[in-house]
Amino acid sequence: MNETRFRFLNEERKRELVKNWRKFSSNPLSIVGLISVLIVLFLAIFAPWVAPYPQSWGRWVDFNNVLKPPSWTNWMGTDNFGRDIMSRIFFGFRYDLMMAAAILVMVVPLGTILGLIAGYFSGTFIDTIIMRVTDVFLAIPSLVLALAICSLLEPSLFNSMMAVSVLWWPWYSRLSYGIAISLKNEYFVQASELIGASTPHILFREILPNCLSPIFTKMTLDVGWVILIGASLAFVGLGAQEPIPALGNMVSAGTKYMPDYWWMTIFPAIAIAFTILGFNLLGDGIRDLLAVEEV
Amino acid sequence: MKLLPYIAKRLLYSIFVLLGLSILIFTLSRVIPGDPARLALGPMAPQWAVDQLREKLHLNDPLPIQYIIWLTNALRGDLGESIVSKRPVIEDVITFFPASFELVIFSTIISIALSVLIGAMAGRRANSLFDNLVRVFSYIGISVPTFVWAILFLFFFGYIWKMLPTLGQLSTEFTRPPFITGMMSIDALIVGDLGAFIDHFKHMILPSVTMSISRIAQDAKILRAGMIENLKKDYITSATSFGVPESRITFKYLMKPSIIPMVSIMGMEISGSMGGSFIIETIFNWPGFGRYGMWAMLNKDLNAIIASVMIVGAFFALINIVVDIIIAYLDPRIRMVERSA
Repeated sequence: MNETRFRFLNEERKRELVKNWRKFSSNPLSIVGLISVLIVLFLAIFAPWVAPYPQSWGRWVDFNNVLKPPSWTNWMGTDNFGRDIMSRIFFGFRYDLMMAAAILVMVVPLGTILGLIAGYFSGTFIDTIIMRVTDVFLAIPSLVLALAICSLLEPSLFNSMMAVSVLWWPWYSRLSYGIAISLKNEYFVQASELIGASTPHILFREILPNCLSPIFTKMTLDVGWVILIGASLAFVGLGAQEPIPALGNMVSAGTKYMPDYWWMTIFPAIAIAFTILGFNLLGDGIRDLLAVEEV
Repeated sequence: MKLLPYIAKRLLYSIFVLLGLSILIFTLSRVIPGDPARLALGPMAPQWAVDQLREKLHLNDPLPIQYIIWLTNALRGDLGESIVSKRPVIEDVITFFPASFELVIFSTIISIALSVLIGAMAGRRANSLFDNLVRVFSYIGISVPTFVWAILFLFFFGYIWKMLPTLGQLSTEFTRPPFITGMMSIDALIVGDLGAFIDHFKHMILPSVTMSISRIAQDAKILRAGMIENLKKDYITSATSFGVPESRITFKYLMKPSIIPMVSIMGMEISGSMGGSFIIETIFNWPGFGRYGMWAMLNKDLNAIIASVMIVGAFFALINIVVDIIIAYLDPRIRMVERSA
């Protein structure tokens, strides 16, 4: 008896999954996004094994092979230290994805919780304080604030992560704030208030589950944006520093050799674009799937 | 709610937000490790000179006092002295800001013109080949970072095809028109130097196109979606059945409601362009505010960093108020309702 019921639930879930997959895969762009993201993830995770010259990731000099154009031995050419560009790009995916993941892990819970609290206590001074602080961070294009904060700190990968985190949480608090405000007068919230549920219970068990799909969608889209801003910081020299092969500073290192040794710049640039494009396409696919209106 | 009190309220609110921003960036600039006076004088300066400067810059006072001193000075137009240019920051801003403003205005014109054209054509013919091309373009346009576009343009138009000048504002054979508005194209026209105007215009093309690509992509996408949405409305069907010409339907009846979402993000985008100018102007060596700000940041020029953040913030606030007024003009439904934040 129990077993049949279990099997039934399993069937149900499987049918749901198939339905969702059909819906997701009906848009070829989402599939392109998913495949690109999977490729980038694969290359990032297995970089030491799939990179043809894994020693190229760091301080490595090979003066016999300096600035070689793309060939069969080095598909994307070599840089001014004789390091293989393709291998460095694979490791670059690692740093860029790590940066995005670390930032989102810090930013999403913080922003969401602050937004939930502000939304649930809307109209009180808690709301005023949290949301006015949020407005301050959103009062300026994020790139400029990120550049300014990075320039005040010592330029490094870690500090650029810190800078982006400092200015990224307000987007999540604004998102969850809107949802919390619209839900706080719903019957299920009022009912749990009536039976004396604690505030944390209402916030995290009643309201939070309704925020998860938009937050998840925004996170997927944000991976692309965070990589973009991190690459911009690294490009101007305020982010990751040599010899770390972050994609942004590979591009900027290449610009000094630009017209003649174009492969040093063009290939990392394409890699950045490919990654961001993949996450944007995937994010849009997920947004359509979860029927999230606006993120 | 009438428009005027609404604008007044928005202005007042913006002032509070800008105060918050100034507290944030001022505090950050003072709590970082390293002595601002030492930074200003360099590592070789004797200790007594550093001490003297600390006294002069009120660095020995508690932070709130320092902030109040900075704020009262800033309100009088004194933003301190820049380390790198050795001039008052406010003078630098006055010199460099117009050039950036010119670039931003020009790229706004480009992006509005192109995105309206592309978005309207794509929205009118949903799922056609052209529409699909536009969708792919808008994904690529949004995803590729501006510095990558800048480098690609430099490479192809500047070096390979040698079609356009890539660096600076003016070729060497022309004399710089006098500084009247600071926007060189207007200055050249005022003095009547047509050659310099045309040359300057050519210099402006690459940086401003770089600046507008992501905006064209975004705007065209939004306009397209709005068009497709509004195409289903009854008033379009009835206009079509009355035999109103298609171009008139597209540009008169369909465009006006569809363009509102695009206009409403325009404030964000224009100030985004101002932010993007920090990188674009550095790459194209455009002597504007963005390059100045970037230069200050790379040299840890604290006064100039604070000033550039505050000026971009003030620009952001002003542009958003202007955009709100435009939207209120376009959409009477919004005019009466207060928009949040």
